[in-house]
Amino acid sequence: MSTLAHDTHHDHDHKPTGLKRWFFSTNHKDIGTLYLIFALAMFFVGGSMAMIIRAELFQPGLQFVNPQFYNSMVTVHALVMIFGAVMPAGVGLANWMIPLMIGAPDMALPRMNNMSFWILPFAFALLLSTLFMEGGGPAGGWTMYPPLVLQTGNAFPFLIFAVHFLGISSIMGAINIIATVFNMRAPGMTLMKMPLFVWTWVITSFLLIASLPVLAGGVTMLLTDKYFGTSFFDAAGGGDPVLFQHIFWFFGHPEVYILALPAFGIVSQIIPAFARKPLFGYSSMVYATASIAILSFFVWAHHMFTVGLPIKGELFFMYATMLIAVPTGVKVFNWIATMWKGSMTFETPMLFSIAFVILFTIGGFSGLMLGITPVDFQYHDTYFVVAHFHYVLLTGAVFALMAAVYYWLPKWTGYMYDERLGKIHFWLSLISSNVLFFPQHFLGLAGMPRRIPDYNIQFADFNMISSIGGFAYGITQLLFVYIVIKCALGGKKAKALVWEGAKGLEWSVPSPAPFHTFETPPKLTKAMLEH
Amino acid sequence: MKGNSKLKSSFHKIILALLLMPFAAIADWGLNMTQGVTPISQEIYDMHMLTLWVVTIIGILVFGVMFWSIFHHRKSKGVKPAKFSHSTTVEIIWTIIPLIIITSLAIKATKLLIKMDDTSEAQVTVKATGSQWKWKYDYLDEDLTIYSVLDENSTEVSQLNSGKDPMQSENYLLDVDEPIVLPINTKIRILTTAADVIHAWWVPDLGWKRDAIPGYINDNWAVIEKPGVYRGQCAEICGKGHGYMPIVVKAVTMEEYTAWVSEKKLAQAAEKNTSEMVLTMEELMTKGESVYKAQCLACHQANGQGIKGVFPALVKSPVAVDSDKRLIHIQQIILGKNLMPAFGEQLSDVDIAAVTTYERNAWGNDTGDIVQAKEVSEARPQAKAN
Repeated sequence: MSTLAHDTHHDHDHKPTGLKRWFFSTNHKDIGTLYLIFALAMFFVGGSMAMIIRAELFQPGLQFVNPQFYNSMVTVHALVMIFGAVMPAGVGLANWMIPLMIGAPDMALPRMNNMSFWILPFAFALLLSTLFMEGGGPAGGWTMYPPLVLQTGNAFPFLIFAVHFLGISSIMGAINIIATVFNMRAPGMTLMKMPLFVWTWVITSFLLIASLPVLAGGVTMLLTDKYFGTSFFDAAGGGDPVLFQHIFWFFGHPEVYILALPAFGIVSQIIPAFARKPLFGYSSMVYATASIAILSFFVWAHHMFTVGLPIKGELFFMYATMLIAVPTGVKVFNWIATMWKGSMTFETPMLFSIAFVILFTIGGFSGLMLGITPVDFQYHDTYFVVAHFHYVLLTGAVFALMAAVYYWLPKWTGYMYDERLGKIHFWLSLISSNVLFFPQHFLGLAGMPRRIPDYNIQFADFNMISSIGGFAYGITQLLFVYIVIKCALGGKKAKALVWEGAKGLEWSVPSPAPFHTFETPPKLTKAMLEH
Repeated sequence: MKGNSKLKSSFHKIILALLLMPFAAIADWGLNMTQGVTPISQEIYDMHMLTLWVVTIIGILVFGVMFWSIFHHRKSKGVKPAKFSHSTTVEIIWTIIPLIIITSLAIKATKLLIKMDDTSEAQVTVKATGSQWKWKYDYLDEDLTIYSVLDENSTEVSQLNSGKDPMQSENYLLDVDEPIVLPINTKIRILTTAADVIHAWWVPDLGWKRDAIPGYINDNWAVIEKPGVYRGQCAEICGKGHGYMPIVVKAVTMEEYTAWVSEKKLAQAAEKNTSEMVLTMEELMTKGESVYKAQCLACHQANGQGIKGVFPALVKSPVAVDSDKRLIHIQQIILGKNLMPAFGEQLSDVDIAAVTTYERNAWGNDTGDIVQAKEVSEARPQAKAN
């Protein structure tokens, strides 16, 4: 496909300036930067909603918001964090790094790349505008279960179309990644030589393409139920409210891995670099990732054990869910075996990666517990679940994204970030996020349901501790913004090979990476293909 | 200032509790799952503890190896990195061992699940119907129905900036006006369903929760072994009142249960027969206020202002003040409208009369209207015909 590679870089060293550069960009690095900045902004929007939630839960009684607004905070926080922060951050990294890692000049479909980014601000403008409407934002939970979601007022069509747009954006992004990886690898970069980050993104892209249209179908059925007199989900009209849950979670469970697999990829890049030792079990990592992705389509009903599935269904979904522990275990063991007998140093990216391995595994443990159907009847829809998925998504996915930013920031900006501040950011994040989420395990086990604005006094102490951790975590992230801006503005010059033990093509280009890279495919030596 | 001292005392409590944590009443802090009061809840607790110990031990081993490596295999100690990158034997071992562990957990879980699934031969059957935001219980063998809503004290304290301290009431948000009464040492079948949106019926001490879904009837069972009061909550988001529809189960001996049933039936029959009751304005207002607090306040708010764009205000609302809309007002309470549920079945004539009177005279509505039970009783067949 080298002809394609020639066609896409017609404007050589010429780089557009001003607004044109950003609005009309077809450059994978600029679009990657846009994605990352957008994700960071949304991280703060979603984060401020989390602060409102934690402020309300600081003490029993209602102090700040009414229950309806509280519910809309819970709902929109989740949608913003999932679709606005974690997914775009992952796509941003993919945009920046995949072409650099496989020796391609750009993404395969640069104009579509521009469009898939620029849909996002409009989608979130739709979604967030609902908070200012009469009747407020969507408040039935991000899972949008009918019939409750059908009680949403004017916000309802905005919610549905925002979800449609987000889906379209993600599907286009996924198509682009698949097209790039299958067509634009430098000669010699065979599939089984690709860095693991690229592998995890290819697999994630297939998950996106397979699962998002299902969600789009589900929410369209909600739309017609509300406005066009259908009754897909209305029992009174012969429909079935549980059908929506099947549709939603057929998307929703793969979605969990859409958020997690790129994180696995990031950590698989960083740990070998700082252990100065090749990744242990490369091919088993690839196969484990693929197995997790395939299994993720067969476990959706473990989110629905309490809806009253037939017992055979409950058993099937319990077994399938527990089975995921095996490939996930393989990955964790591989990371530890990579560290084993390495020569480790502990710069900020490595610290975040190690924390990821531990805390994601804790989230995995609670996940295994939740997968056991009879006990899930107690855990389901309590704070135990809230603790579980925040361990997986915040101290899991978000920690890995932080690690990735620190790891590649010198390559992007050409300057080293402030290592001392980076380490402070890490330790504060580590401590505060655990103060925030660990007590929520206890709250859930003791019987506190999720998505309630107020609670019995027996839950008061742990909620207060959790809130304190929440505020501390929130404030700590301002430090992250400061570190990133400081690094973008200047500092110690970064070399091409920023980290002594790092492997891969991205380190063969200068720092900052020039606007156009690999305009002619690089000649790959054996050493360059080590991981 | 009061808020401040409350905050301070909570902080002191936290610090004190952290200091005493290893020794003192960890139970007070609600750290772990309840063992409950049924044989099944005990087994679920055991299964939970078994899994918890399994993952804890795995965690200690795996992270132990990792930290050993982190402390010993570091560059600052002059370690030269090894070169190995795979080992088929090791990889097979760490695939097989987890498989064995999860298989043995799965076998135990399967047995328990099959046991839980058997709802046959129940002696008492209660159908719990969730609606926004209360529970209705039908005792199917007894022709008895009760409604259960959040108690008045919790309703008052839980209003936004109520100025009342929730710490004063032990059962804040976990108390209802009318608990459901169940006999002990009896196989009780609990059916769950819903009238509007999805709810979930959950009493942790019984060991399970089950969704209440419109159009579905789910069944579950429990044998309560210890008399007592067991509290739970709705566990599926169901709108703004989701946090305010608790469940209270009072478990008593079979004799007490039978006595309660017949007493309840008599009391209900008497209550149903209120159409001839004539009350003074004052009596109607007092009664009306308490009915309003229990049934109407969650949406229309304590001040009758509702919530803009969601729940209409009653203050100066034509339905609640215009004299020619008096009948429509009564009928709307009986039949419901849009999101508002029908109260005709749940409330007696005198209750509806009282709450109508209250709404037409409270918050400056001051119509001076007095609605008596007879008027409601006459409005009922008319309401149905409409």
